[in-house]
Amino acid sequence: MRGSAFYDQLDAAVPGGVVGSNYEALDPWIEVASERMADVCRWLAKSSPVRFDSLQCITVVDWLETDPKKAAKVSWQPRLELVYHLWSTSSRVSLVLKTTLPRWKNDTPGQLPEIPSVTGVWRGADWHEREVYDLSGVWFTGHPDLRRILCPEDWEGYPLRKDYEQPVEYHGIRGR
Amino acid sequence: MASVIGDDPRIIEFDVRTDEMLVNMGPQHPSTHGVLRLVLRTDGEIVSEVEPHIGYLHRCAEKIGENITHRQWIPYTDRMDYLAAMNMNLGWSLTVEKLMKYEVSEKARHLRVLISELCRIASHLVGMGAYGLDLGSFSPFLYAFREREKILDLFEETCGARLTYSYITIGGLTADLPTGWLAKCEAFLDQFTPIIQEYHTLLTTNAIFVKRTAGIGVLSRDMAIDYGCSGPVLRGSGVDQDMRRDGEAIYTAMYDGYAFEVAVMKNGHYPRDHEYPAVPADAVVGDCWHRFFVRMVEVVQSMDLVRQAIDRYSACKGTIGEPLKLTEKMPVGDAYLETECPKGQMGFYVVSDGSAIPWRVRARSSSFSNLAVTHELCRGCLIADVPAVVGSLDIVMGEIDR
Repeated sequence: MRGSAFYDQLDAAVPGGVVGSNYEALDPWIEVASERMADVCRWLAKSSPVRFDSLQCITVVDWLETDPKKAAKVSWQPRLELVYHLWSTSSRVSLVLKTTLPRWKNDTPGQLPEIPSVTGVWRGADWHEREVYDLSGVWFTGHPDLRRILCPEDWEGYPLRKDYEQPVEYHGIRGR
Repeated sequence: MASVIGDDPRIIEFDVRTDEMLVNMGPQHPSTHGVLRLVLRTDGEIVSEVEPHIGYLHRCAEKIGENITHRQWIPYTDRMDYLAAMNMNLGWSLTVEKLMKYEVSEKARHLRVLISELCRIASHLVGMGAYGLDLGSFSPFLYAFREREKILDLFEETCGARLTYSYITIGGLTADLPTGWLAKCEAFLDQFTPIIQEYHTLLTTNAIFVKRTAGIGVLSRDMAIDYGCSGPVLRGSGVDQDMRRDGEAIYTAMYDGYAFEVAVMKNGHYPRDHEYPAVPADAVVGDCWHRFFVRMVEVVQSMDLVRQAIDRYSACKGTIGEPLKLTEKMPVGDAYLETECPKGQMGFYVVSDGSAIPWRVRARSSSFSNLAVTHELCRGCLIADVPAVVGSLDIVMGEIDR
């Protein structure tokens, strides 16, 4: 099912939704256009021949080399990579979706990149998206209640970003 | 008072009128299993809304993981689900081994099954004992801890620690079993087998316990899947899924040749249910009682697996192999693996850029998803049932907050 037939079906069902794939990786993945994420997920969960009825995990990988010496050598561009791990309870197979977002919207530091929320597809996505917003700084449009979940509400910055700097002081508690 | 005023029912209505009240439960409430804070919106005794607030135990484990080597992160996995640290070690070790395409020796594989199943028993004993405590019954807690203590003694002999073991590690295990350990383990199993009956008497068939749990907090099959619940919470709702059987090859290969049946109710029956007390008439699939009972079935199942693992391990020639060195460089790539931990499916994700230090590590916590469903289960229940529902999910805050 991880073959190209499934890919073609997905491509036909959500035109412009998928932009690439890698079947050689340890966990083969399909790359999705970020703005079509919710549509792709809705098809996978509700209409696809294999129903991916459960969202296991959303991860953000921040591709940014902060060391200028090493940054000159790396081949990739700075970006955020979102990884969705889906699972089908009926067919007992997993699927990995990846998508790319700019680190900041319009390249303006502080403006969060946006992606459609998948809370309408899986209710369990609610907390996962809140965690991603809290720690990695991604804004999920359409999320009913997007606020911090692990850090306090008045926390500043997004700790899992590579260029995150620990605050010097928080409510009288010394940081660094 | 109403009768003095008259028989107008509207006046009585006004007299017993209650206001909505916000009740704060936790973060130090003993029945919230750690530092979990629940805000309840109540009308009289009825809870209309529950909002869990988490993060009190957030220790930045994922951020720390980006600054140390793969093997150095093992002790941090201990501190996630500290009641089942062996299973956490195993999950992370297997994930990194998957990334490296590394295979441990057969002997190490059987030893890993032995240790992780023993740890599952220990974890379920705490889950069971603490659940009794939540419902106001103190004795099961002591009975459970008495037996758990013996498992911890066994673990102490293998690695020196009683809670945070770091015993299973990338490339195998830190040490082989000491001489005479297997005999002690078998003696424990023989002594433990009849004690299960005590637990059933204390809780499973206890009339008060059944009244407090049967038909309470019913989690439907679809909702459990929708929220990504896993482990006993998912199986308690009648979903036949266990990563030890359905997971990825690197994990299921450990259990190749082991005989076990997934602890789930199929066609109205649990596997080998003639050995257990009958399901109470009030219990419905997906309620607190079934979640609890799945754990009790799994304790017996794990004992069975431990016995099989002892046989296989002793029959195995060769060594358990050497753990990888701390500064082992990893291939470029990423790997995600879910293992069946006592609390549910614990997923680890590692992204490597080819160096000895991972680019990104991620822990997908099972309790996190299991707790997310609380607000659905507690809607419309009584205040007294909130601890019963939360306790039946058997959460560990160390794993939720990471």
